[in-house]
Amino acid sequence: MSTPSRPRPEPGRIHKISMDERKTSFTEVSRGFPPEEAVKEAARCLQCKNAPCSKGCPAGIDVREFVRFIREQNFQSSIDKIRESNSLPGVCGRVCPQEEQCQKACVFNAKKIPIQIGYLERFVADWELAHGKRQPARSAAPKEKVAVIGAGPAGLTCAADLVREGFDVHLFEALHVAGGVLMYGIPEFRLPKDIVKKEADYIGSMGVKIETDAVVGRTYTIDELRRDGYKAFFIGVGAGLPILLNIPGENANGVYSANEFLTRVNLMKGYRFPEYDTPVRVGKRVGVLGGGNVALDCARSALRLGAESVTLLYRRTRDEMPARQEEIENTEEEGIHLQFLVTPREILSDDKGNVRGLRLLKNVLGEPDASGRRSPVPQPGTDFELPLDTVIVAVGTAVNPLLLSTMEGLERTKKGYIKVGEDMRTSLPDVFAGGDIVSGSATVILAIQQARTAARAITHYLRNGK
Amino acid sequence: MRIIEKNTLNDTQGMRLTRMRFEAPAIARKALPGQFILLMVHEKGERIPLTIVETDAAAGTLTLIFQEVGHTTKLLGKKNVGDSLYSLVGPLGHPSEIPRNERVILVGGGVGIAEILPVARAVKAAGNHVVSVLGARTKDLLLLTREVGETSDRLLICTDDGSAGEKGLVTDVLKKLLAEPEPTHRIFCVGPVPMMRAVSETTRPSGIKTIVCLNTIMMDGTGMCGGCRLIEGGKARFCCVDGPDFDGHAVDFADLVQRQRRFREEEMKSLDHACRLEGTAAP
Repeated sequence: MSTPSRPRPEPGRIHKISMDERKTSFTEVSRGFPPEEAVKEAARCLQCKNAPCSKGCPAGIDVREFVRFIREQNFQSSIDKIRESNSLPGVCGRVCPQEEQCQKACVFNAKKIPIQIGYLERFVADWELAHGKRQPARSAAPKEKVAVIGAGPAGLTCAADLVREGFDVHLFEALHVAGGVLMYGIPEFRLPKDIVKKEADYIGSMGVKIETDAVVGRTYTIDELRRDGYKAFFIGVGAGLPILLNIPGENANGVYSANEFLTRVNLMKGYRFPEYDTPVRVGKRVGVLGGGNVALDCARSALRLGAESVTLLYRRTRDEMPARQEEIENTEEEGIHLQFLVTPREILSDDKGNVRGLRLLKNVLGEPDASGRRSPVPQPGTDFELPLDTVIVAVGTAVNPLLLSTMEGLERTKKGYIKVGEDMRTSLPDVFAGGDIVSGSATVILAIQQARTAARAITHYLRNGK
Repeated sequence: MRIIEKNTLNDTQGMRLTRMRFEAPAIARKALPGQFILLMVHEKGERIPLTIVETDAAAGTLTLIFQEVGHTTKLLGKKNVGDSLYSLVGPLGHPSEIPRNERVILVGGGVGIAEILPVARAVKAAGNHVVSVLGARTKDLLLLTREVGETSDRLLICTDDGSAGEKGLVTDVLKKLLAEPEPTHRIFCVGPVPMMRAVSETTRPSGIKTIVCLNTIMMDGTGMCGGCRLIEGGKARFCCVDGPDFDGHAVDFADLVQRQRRFREEEMKSLDHACRLEGTAAP
């Protein structure tokens, strides 16, 4: 496809809420496209014959087609097209790193004005929630019983794909609501919980039986479920266990793991305490350790909870940050200070056991490590103290053994994640897996891609016995 | 998770102890002594852990006993037969390790007496020699003495004011027991943190295995948040998935006490908020 010669329309404009509101509320930052802007944006699309955008989508969404339907103002057909490949469009439209995927592949990306596919996906997903027709519950007699464990992005996706194939799908969730990391992890201002709830409800309306408050590994074991007649299992329980720093003072009051902090704020709605019963305390000065999206989510949440200063403390530099560029920009816009090349050595507390600061060392960048990024090297004798009231540790997660330790014969990787072969099959013939319990901390869209692959493999397994 | 039975065990000196039986067949089928549940009273509620005191797998029910001290336990106490909870999940944590052919001393203090009951029954059923020591501030605050007595070879009671049993602390009774010629192999202790700490200090010189059952501030109960962490043997451990039983000689009690106070101010605010909503005076 050659570069267009005639002038093309300007890209559709995205509005964000005011900075004052951003700093004080958990309202979603981006308002997305109004309908006229969405249609205008879709009209920019050249409808390339080879549709590089679709090839750039890990879930395999037919991007070109759904954009074409928006241009024709046929929003129902657009969302139907997306739902053929993705059961969480309202989520993916908001949290996918489109700049690395579909939009990177767009021909307009060369001019840095790719079609804003993520915002278009979000637009039709939100349109559907407001106006669209609902999926009718499946009527034919269901086939085999399948258990999907964990109602996060992987589990929800796998369950939706399997119920579409006609299976009797039961989705087990340990928490009191479905959504997994979409509910407890990603904050309201990036992904409203109402959207997640509606996406999960939609999947329930397709015929998936969602059982919350069910901890597989405790409430039920896989063996018991097998005896109860479940013929195949999908494990999508996430990575789950917070990694701590193992430095002195880490048990001081005012030190949170990112998981605890975000769960208090998002799942338990601590930002609305005391209307909601779960408290969260941040004080005036907050330090967040880490450089990924989770660290940014913590920093931006702390700001909204009333912290006067929030500092992100990262051991490498901006170039090595694993967070999405858009979120780094949002974070800086909101006035969060980014401090690079530091290693925490000790958490300091007062005589009541409350955090009063951090002692850190300065780093320089050394040779590239296993991740290919230059590794941080702490410099002895460069100690300095940073006064803080709260420290949030957002340096990643490890495998939660709760379920896996109850499963005999399930092979794991060196780091303890579930070992999968072709088609997300595990070492147990009736068990399949996907998402962070396979890949470690990765993206929502990768979890979705793996869940879709697993659903196809489960379908094949139940039809052919292998 | 419907409430099918409720009764007040004690209601004196501003301390109400309530027993509730719930419909929870999946949990009742699986629960073992020492395990706990997490519950939310209402949709906006917090998740709190409570020890499973009794289960009836055939009837599909479980029993909880709680003291109405905080915001959530007070809300729970207002629920009645026929009401349902918003959320009830379990069984969580590891079951207690039940020994065989040992002389076991069980020490229960206050509401901890309710939590020691399932362990007492299991320890007795496994053929151990069971000596139970139950303590409270005063006679009216003792509970389940008959039930614990029925499953013990010996039952010793003490109160701070001497209104029932011996006048003194559980540690005073324990010291006398440890001075007896029969060797004691293991101690299970459930109660207020200062009591568990004192019991652990009492047994430390002899090195007798002392298990304390801890109940820290939790959220998910599956190891995900790490908020319930404590220090055992110099290492961070999660009460929800590594416990709730820990080695009393290895637990850092000073750290535990400090972490239990993490949200003290907010807890007061929460009680105050609830009182204002009801138009009653703050406690």
